[in-house]
Amino acid sequence: MKAIHNLISKVKPNFEEGGKLSRFWVVFDSLETFAFTPGHTTSKGAHIRDSIDMKRTMMMVILAMVPALLFGTWNAGHQYYLSIGEITTLDGLGTMFWEKIGIGAQKVLPIVAVSYGVGLGIEFIFAGIRKHSINEGFLVSGMLIPLIMPVDVPLWMLAVAVAFAVIIGKEVFGGTGMNIINVALTARAFMFFAYPKQMSGEIWIHQGETAAIDGYSGATALGELANTVGKAAGSTEVTGIMSNFSLDGVYSMSNAFFGLIPGSIGETSALAILLGGAILLFTGIGSWRIMLSFLIGGLAMGAIFNLAGANAFMEVNPVHQIIIGGFMFGMVFMATDPVTAAQTNTGKLIYGFFGGFFSIMIRVFNPAYPEGVMMAILFMNVMAPMIDHYVIASNIKRREKRMKLQTA
Amino acid sequence: MSTEVKEIKKTSEPLFSKKNRKLLSDPLNDSNPITVQVLGICSALAITVQVQQAVIMSLSVLFVMIGGNVIVSLLRNRIPDRIRIIVQLVIIAALVIIVNEVLKAFLPDISEKLSVFVGLIITNCIIMGRLEAFALGNKPGPSFLDAIGNAMGYAWILVAVAVVREIIGSGAISLPGMGQVKFIPSSWFIAEGGLYENNNLFILPPMALVVVGIIIWIQRSRNTKLIEEN
Repeated sequence: MKAIHNLISKVKPNFEEGGKLSRFWVVFDSLETFAFTPGHTTSKGAHIRDSIDMKRTMMMVILAMVPALLFGTWNAGHQYYLSIGEITTLDGLGTMFWEKIGIGAQKVLPIVAVSYGVGLGIEFIFAGIRKHSINEGFLVSGMLIPLIMPVDVPLWMLAVAVAFAVIIGKEVFGGTGMNIINVALTARAFMFFAYPKQMSGEIWIHQGETAAIDGYSGATALGELANTVGKAAGSTEVTGIMSNFSLDGVYSMSNAFFGLIPGSIGETSALAILLGGAILLFTGIGSWRIMLSFLIGGLAMGAIFNLAGANAFMEVNPVHQIIIGGFMFGMVFMATDPVTAAQTNTGKLIYGFFGGFFSIMIRVFNPAYPEGVMMAILFMNVMAPMIDHYVIASNIKRREKRMKLQTA
Repeated sequence: MSTEVKEIKKTSEPLFSKKNRKLLSDPLNDSNPITVQVLGICSALAITVQVQQAVIMSLSVLFVMIGGNVIVSLLRNRIPDRIRIIVQLVIIAALVIIVNEVLKAFLPDISEKLSVFVGLIITNCIIMGRLEAFALGNKPGPSFLDAIGNAMGYAWILVAVAVVREIIGSGAISLPGMGQVKFIPSSWFIAEGGLYENNNLFILPPMALVVVGIIIWIQRSRNTKLIEEN
C-alpha cells in the first residue's frame, strides 16, 4: 500500500494543471481515487457522513457478482465436457474440476476483458471531452455484461454491443446516474436484436472443434420451453421436451437451482445469484423491496398461468419457472439498479412486482423472446419515473386530505 | 414550372437575392425539417432501410412539395381563409396521386416497397407546414425556392440515415436503377466461416430513430445556434 501511495504522490504533479500529462488528468484521478479514498472532503455542511462512497458501493456489487462469475466459469467448462462426452451427468461434480475451470476461464476472461476495455475506453474519452472525472458506473456494468452473454459470443460483437450500450444507453443522457435504461441490459438487448443468430438456438455452450455427442442439446431451458408453444399438449414432441423438466431431467429443479444447465455465463445458478443477493441485502445496497416484489410478481404470474394451463409452458411450476432463465439474475442485479429503478418506497414495490409479472408473461406469451426478463426490466425502467410521479402525487393528495380534516 | 419562375423574374426583387438564397440553405441545416423541427419523422423511420427507397421517396416529396407550394402560392389570394386547409389537401392529394401512379407504372418494385408511404406524403407535416407557413403568404418564386430547400433538407437526412442503415444492416448499398450491390464478400460471414455478421438491429425501425438522434447530436454540437439556453 505504502509503495502505491508513494508512486501516486510522485507522479501526481505531472498530471496536475500545467503538468506535462495534464490532458490525462481524468485517467490519473480515477485511478488514484480507485486506490485511495480522496484526501479532500466536503467543506460545507455535508448531509451524509459515511465511509461508503460510490466507488466502495460499486466494489460491493462486484463482490456480490463474484459467486455467479466463478460458478459461470466452472459451468462453461462443465457444459463443454458434457457436450463432447468426456463426462456424463452421472459423474461427480468434482471430476476434472481444474480442467473445467481452465476451459471456462479461457472463454470468460476475454469476454470480461473486452467488456471492461471497450466500456472504460469510451468512458475515458467522454470524461476527457466533457472535462469531468470518470464515473464509477461502468465498473458494475462492465461486470454485468459478461455475465449475461453466451460463452461463445464473438468478441467483436460484444465490443459493438458494449459501445452501443455505453454511448446510446448512457452517455447521450449525460453519463453515469443520468441514464434511464439499464446499461448492461441495453447491451444484451442490442445483441439480441442485432445478431439474433448468435443469441438463440444452441450457442449457449462453448463447443470448440469437437462435435457434440448425440442427444446433447445446448439449448437453454427457456429455448426448449419455447419450442413447446403452439404444439398439441401430449404430443410426443412436447412430452419429450417436458420430460427434461421432470425430476431427473436435464433442466430439473435441482439442476436449475444449482445451475448445471446451459445458459448465459452468470445466469444459470440460482444459488450463486442468491448468495450475491444476500451480500447486497446485508450491506443494504440492493433494495429488498424490489427483490421481494419482483419475486412475488414472477410467482404470481406463474401461478396464474398454472391456473390457465393452456399449454405445457404455462403448466410449469411457478418456482421452477423463476429459477430457469435470467429471472433470478435480473431480480438481484438488474432490477435493483438504483439509477433506473423507481425511487420511492411504494414505487419500488410496484416497479418490482410488474417487472417480475411481465418477465414471466413475455417469456410464455411470446416464444420469439424467450428472455422476457430483459424486456420486462427495460420496460419497467422506462415506466419507473411515471410510477414515482403517481406515488408522489397520491401522497400529496393523501396529506392534503388529512390536513383538511384537521382544520375542519 | 419554368413558366412561373419567369413570371417572378419580372418583379423587382431578383429570384436569387440574398434573402431568397437563405430560403434554400436554411432548411439544410439551421431549420432542418427533420432534425430541428422534427417533422416528417414517420416516413424517415419507415423507408430508410434502403438508399434507393430513400432517394425515390425524397424525389417524390420534392415533386409534391414544389407543386404544392407553387400552386398554393399562385392561388393564395383566391383561397378563402376558412377552407384553406381542405384546399391545400386537395392540391397535395392530387399531386401525390400523380406521383403514386408514375411510380407504379415505371418503378413497380420500389413502389411496392414504399407501399403506403407514398400515399402518406399527403399527411407529411413538412408539406402542410410549408404551405401554411410560407406559400400562403409569399409569391410563387420564393415559394418555389422554399419548397426546394425544405425538400432537400428532408432528403439529405433521409439519404444519410438510409446509407448508414443499409451499409451496417444489409452490408450493401442500393441506388435507383442499380439494384442492391452487396460489397461485403460472402466469405466474411459467419455462415461461410468468417467472422462478420450484418447488424439486424439497423433493419428495424427503432434504429432509424437512433441514427436520426445521432445526426441531431452531431449537428447540435457543431451548430451552437441550435442549443437552447436554460
